[in-house]
Amino acid sequence: MGQVALKAQDSLTTGRSHDLGGSCCPAGVLAFGDVLSPEADYSNFVSADPVAFVETDQDGNAMLHVLVENMHCADCIRTIEQTLKSNPAVIEARVNFSTRRLFLRWRPDGVDVTELVKPVIALGYPLTPYNPALIRTAAAEENAKLLRALAVAGFAAANVMLLSVSVWAGLFSDDMGPATRDFLHWVSALIALPAVAYAGQPFFKSALGALRAGRTNMDVPISLAVILASGMSLAETIRSGHYVYFDASVTLLFFLLIGRYLDNAARSKARSAAERLLLLKAVAATVVGANGSLTTVPVEAVTPGSRVRIMAGDRLPVDGIVVSGRSELDVSLITGESLPTAVKPGENVFAGTLNLGAPIDIEATKTGDNTLLGDIVRLMEAAEQGRAKYVRLADRLSRYYAPVVHLLAALTFIGWWVYSASWQVALMQAVALLIITCPCALGLAVPVVQVVASGRLLMKGILVKAADGLERLAVVDTIVFDKTGTLTEGRLDLVNRDEIDDADLLLAARLGQHSRHPLARAIARAGVAAGPGLDVIECPGEGLKTVLADGEVRLGSRAFCNVAEEAAADKQAGPELWLKRGDGTAVQFRFRDHLRADAHDVIRDLKARGYMIALLSGDRQAVVAELAAELGIDNWQAQQKPEEKVACLESLAKAGRKVLMVGDGLNDAPALASAHVSLSPATAADISQTAADFIFQGQQLSAVGEAIFVARASRRLILENFALAFLYNGVAIPLAVLGFVTPLIAAVAMSSSSLAVCLNSLRLRSRKMGGAS
Amino acid sequence: MNVLIYLIPVALFLGGLGLVAFLWSLKSGQYEDLDGAANRILIDDEDEDGR
Repeated sequence: MGQVALKAQDSLTTGRSHDLGGSCCPAGVLAFGDVLSPEADYSNFVSADPVAFVETDQDGNAMLHVLVENMHCADCIRTIEQTLKSNPAVIEARVNFSTRRLFLRWRPDGVDVTELVKPVIALGYPLTPYNPALIRTAAAEENAKLLRALAVAGFAAANVMLLSVSVWAGLFSDDMGPATRDFLHWVSALIALPAVAYAGQPFFKSALGALRAGRTNMDVPISLAVILASGMSLAETIRSGHYVYFDASVTLLFFLLIGRYLDNAARSKARSAAERLLLLKAVAATVVGANGSLTTVPVEAVTPGSRVRIMAGDRLPVDGIVVSGRSELDVSLITGESLPTAVKPGENVFAGTLNLGAPIDIEATKTGDNTLLGDIVRLMEAAEQGRAKYVRLADRLSRYYAPVVHLLAALTFIGWWVYSASWQVALMQAVALLIITCPCALGLAVPVVQVVASGRLLMKGILVKAADGLERLAVVDTIVFDKTGTLTEGRLDLVNRDEIDDADLLLAARLGQHSRHPLARAIARAGVAAGPGLDVIECPGEGLKTVLADGEVRLGSRAFCNVAEEAAADKQAGPELWLKRGDGTAVQFRFRDHLRADAHDVIRDLKARGYMIALLSGDRQAVVAELAAELGIDNWQAQQKPEEKVACLESLAKAGRKVLMVGDGLNDAPALASAHVSLSPATAADISQTAADFIFQGQQLSAVGEAIFVARASRRLILENFALAFLYNGVAIPLAVLGFVTPLIAAVAMSSSSLAVCLNSLRLRSRKMGGAS
Repeated sequence: MNVLIYLIPVALFLGGLGLVAFLWSLKSGQYEDLDGAANRILIDDEDEDGR
């Protein structure tokens, strides 16, 4: 039995213990490690009501898609599936271990879905229902299509190559009669032509799309070479010529498809991880009916005017006005402010904020796209469109490459026509040139590096979300940080521990553990709460109170504890709590948002490497100034609204700087979208994660340095790969122009250049980060 | 060289068999949960009736 204490550092959950069930092997250890990562936010899982997500199939059976957390080994799969199947109503329970998803189908007669999944949650596997329609399947389909094309091309390449080797051998030894050679050519044609028609489609379609738009891309020379080579070879076969290029055209497709597939697979892997983070936060809303009944509906179904109940610990799904109840809201995602704000009936509240105190009822005023959240999304989309359209390296290269190659081929054709006076011979030479210059190694140069780089970053907990993110990251010269949650850990910690009596701290901790308020949590973290549970009354916006044997004890704001304003006037400003026993003197607790442990080192290191560092925060002037001084950042601005952050980044861009934006808050999302490239911690608001190009997990800010290092190293490798490919072309083109290229030379040049590029890319795996960190 | 007339089709047929097998396995979703398959092999199916 793996009895594991889950110690989540999330502000809502402290010590909860789960029996992981069965004989869950190393999962115990693993689960513990995982929970320490900021991703595991359990409060959201259990609070999302699955009823709203149940669907019905054509046989009338109920279906539910859920995300499963905490699943680590074969035993977990078995435990979950067996537990669900032990319920006689369940028809199908299938866990997908790779995507951590569970599909459930059952006969709905009188079975309550909550009861159905409860045993699994009780075993320690938090579940979150999700709407499968939200996950785009297009990428997966594209992947499967490429894999099919790859299989067909591979089959054709192997078989045609087998026949070609015999033909080459025959050409050398002159033993092969023309009849046999023609026969082998015809068989090759029968294999290669259908294979090219099928496996070449991804390239043909892309090339056609580019040509229609009046552009050229890498796929244009590829398609041209493949189609011309196949057509020309067919003509040669018909008139029983010596040289056919069927092997070249199919191996070309095979190599290029490998590159295309790797590119796509890496992207969809990163995307599915990001999608998962989004899905975890998709929550339902609890609507209060006219007769006081509570129903759970998906957030999209809430209409303005309806009354929504927000339980403590839930995020607000809509904008609204508080109707009843008093509480405190964590607004850090909207404003970046780390202290919660108190709300009372009649006040406006916004979607995306977190209810920390007591349950409140709000009347929805704006829903969906009309919320403040929706406004921020629009601002973000506008910023994204404004972002200068980045053209990937390979495409930029093909702008020059394609015309040059086509011009050379045309010149070769004309030259040979004049020289040999036979257009067939001339065309043959031109096609040979097209084949040998076809960007086969170029097609592999970028994807292979990308796969190696994202693999290396993934090991460090950094997800590459945007396909061209690495290329853009490699050229940044300015790094702009957000404060709360990025440079700092986004949570408050007690700073004056030394001034406080142990007994006071202990009592405060015992009181504090009853509240979700960030300050109370901070005290509970600082002192080990021991002793019997207290009967605590929480006064939202004021503090906590309880009655002990020696009188009333209060923990809360200055006013709540009757402390005169001037009593601590000499102390520094900042969040504070007071503890007052009966009529005794009140004790002050002061707090501060802590810097990430390695923030100093990372900033110093980045400065040493010559980057310009700036700080843009939505927080108050004094706090930001102090932090900037501590880290040695001269360039800072406080109280920035989202649109001001965007404006600031735009002015930097106008000055010719390539900006990397690192931020987490909802207020950063537009800035993340408008920066040249952006990075976001995994604890960030979901919308910011959508906007960011990279996401890093864990508490280490050094991920920023590592990501930049890997990006620069990849760029260098990609350029090296291009150089290698051009070197091959540089040797091959004169040969082709002069007419020395036979199908054998074409095949050797193509394969060896591709191999060289792949091997060169693998060097990134072992490259050490030079001196730094 | 008449042997080629039937040897080449035989070779192609065998290769084609492999290709069809791969396409079938792709279609039947065997590549959708690679990590799961690696783990499921460790599950004893003694307590699963008749499977």
